Amino acid sequence: MAIDEFATLTTTAVPLPIDHVDTDQIVPARFLKATERKGFADHLFRDWRYAESGRPKADFVLNNPNYRGKILLAGRNFGCGSSREHAAWALYDYGFRVVVSSFFADIFQNNALNIGLLPITLAESLVCEITNRTLENPKTAYHVDLPAQTFAVVGIPLVAHFEINAYKKACLRNGFDDIDYLLDMQADILQYEKKTRWMRT
Amino acid sequence: MTQPKTLFEKVWDAHVVKEVAGGAQVLYIDAHLIHEVTSPVAFNGLRRRGIPVFRPEQTVATADHNIPTLHQDKPIRDALSAQQLAALRKNCEAAGIELYDIGHVHNGIVHVIGPELGITQPGMTLVCGDSHTATHGAFGSIAFGIGTSEVEMVLATQCLFQTQPKTMRISVEGDLHPGVTAKDLILYIISRLSASGATGYFVEYAGTTLENLSMEERMTVCNMSIEMGARGGMMAPDQTTFDYLQGRAFSPKGPDWDRAVAYWKVLSSDPGAQFDEEYRFKAEDITPVITFGTNPGMGMPIDAEIPSPKSVKDAAASFQKALRYMGFCEGEKLLGKPIDYVFLGSCTNGRIADFRRFATLVKGHRKAEGVSAWLVPGSKAVERQICEEGIDSVLKAAGFALRQPGCSACLGMNEDKIPAGKYAVSTSNRNFEGRQGPGARTLLASPLVAAAAAITGKITDPRDFI
Ligand code: SF4
Repeated sequence: MAIDEFATLTTTAVPLPIDHVDTDQIVPARFLKATERKGFADHLFRDWRYAESGRPKADFVLNNPNYRGKILLAGRNFGCGSSREHAAWALYDYGFRVVVSSFFADIFQNNALNIGLLPITLAESLVCEITNRTLENPKTAYHVDLPAQTFAVVGIPLVAHFEINAYKKACLRNGFDDIDYLLDMQADILQYEKKTRWMRT
Repeated sequence: MTQPKTLFEKVWDAHVVKEVAGGAQVLYIDAHLIHEVTSPVAFNGLRRRGIPVFRPEQTVATADHNIPTLHQDKPIRDALSAQQLAALRKNCEAAGIELYDIGHVHNGIVHVIGPELGITQPGMTLVCGDSHTATHGAFGSIAFGIGTSEVEMVLATQCLFQTQPKTMRISVEGDLHPGVTAKDLILYIISRLSASGATGYFVEYAGTTLENLSMEERMTVCNMSIEMGARGGMMAPDQTTFDYLQGRAFSPKGPDWDRAVAYWKVLSSDPGAQFDEEYRFKAEDITPVITFGTNPGMGMPIDAEIPSPKSVKDAAASFQKALRYMGFCEGEKLLGKPIDYVFLGSCTNGRIADFRRFATLVKGHRKAEGVSAWLVPGSKAVERQICEEGIDSVLKAAGFALRQPGCSACLGMNEDKIPAGKYAVSTSNRNFEGRQGPGARTLLASPLVAAAAAITGKITDPRDFI
């Protein structure tokens, strides 16, 4: 019910080959004052994207009209730092559906999956190669196939397999979220509580 | 004989409600802490689904991330912050959740008040929509940070979907040198493992160095587990833990206490338990540490020279970008560099022990001209104790003023922002670009290093004063 379904996607990509991009860069804390999930696309990479005056910084990739697409090609340890889900919301609301990295921070990866943003982990050498392809030719297109768990470069025989938890894959494909599932488990939860009450006195 | 288990596995296994196909587990959550920033959207979600909070008595709320640290008795000027607090109040009231609002005797930073009130107990699972939730692992609990969707899940069902992380043990043996604190210990470990060295793992800290730490110091260590990517960090509970917890507001009482302690005593890793990864360090190798870059893994001995990228695990480009942001060069020494701000506080170093340390060093000295010092107690209880112990007079005599409890400059969400380009020696946990304010340059360090910097106006080795 709560997230968009995901099956396949063919799109170009935006390269951001920087390691350790933390969630304070993705959405600075001063934009966390909202009580609703609204307007986060504007705050995505705010301080890298805009000068203090609000003028776009020409050297930042999101301000480069050559690079467009629904895939973000990120560096190592993407999404480290604060647990703010706002980071995943901002990427999603901006239009990204997939983030590719050789290595994701734990909480970010969970948050992304929970809102329907697909984190794809590929070998570092491969992420490098793909990023270089996009840097050289921004029109390079990629094909993501969730059911088959593959990430392919369109037009050449380069297909990589990626791993995803089977349960999370089913959620994404069907647009379910964890709460739908957990609510169905209430009997199990009540039984667990009864059995372990002694631990919580 | 049964298979030897790690501390982590014992606590984890006791909380698995159900195995789910695909290697995920449904994990029961004993205690849930919430605050004004990551909870409102979760409550909206519940309303949209038309479902109530399942176990409101297992959730406790505080206002900390986004509150002013001056004039807390006055209405909040920032409209959005005020709105966020109003939402928290409304949500807690409607759901029957205990809220320690701004000004309440129990108010404070979520990871300071949890342990202080005895909410955090050994063997528990505890979560909060804040990545430094690992702090509570100091008590032998499995504690980790979650996102807003997960906050909603816990509110709705008291459960979470989780895949079991791998286990890592970090052992440190021996005595720390004078002037070297728990903060230096953890910054040292992170600098050795890197900012992503423990991603995918849950860490157990062990060894005599850790065992000899106070609860406050253990919390400082566990707090920063996330800064090397770990899902969380924990330590086996022992007499130090039990002594700390006895008599606290939420601690078990009477016969319940004895029963609880008997259970807590079995919570340690069995001899022969297997870890997926092990690291060993020696306390004698550790000096006061300071960070020079823009992630907590970029730390070095305070008297060292900034290394060149070849000698660190980070890619050269990101390393250079970090040094450019900080205005530093490779090979440069940081000792003697002038600084502009000092921040003592946060859930890493905002406890009474940290204020005592800071005060011991500045006693009899004066705050350096030109240094702005923000001293922010982690909670109302810490604030009260500072006064009871007369620490406030020591600080005042040295030219320092106290602010009121909150997260403050740790994340710079309220007015407490370090201005662009300024250097701040900070006892908090993150030196990311702009973390303490757009353009702010953060040097993470211990309360002693912060104190030495505050009285000299420069990066100074605290051992010069000991
Ligand atoms: S002090 Fe900093 S790290 Fe700790 S809870 Fe507050 S914002 Fe999070």
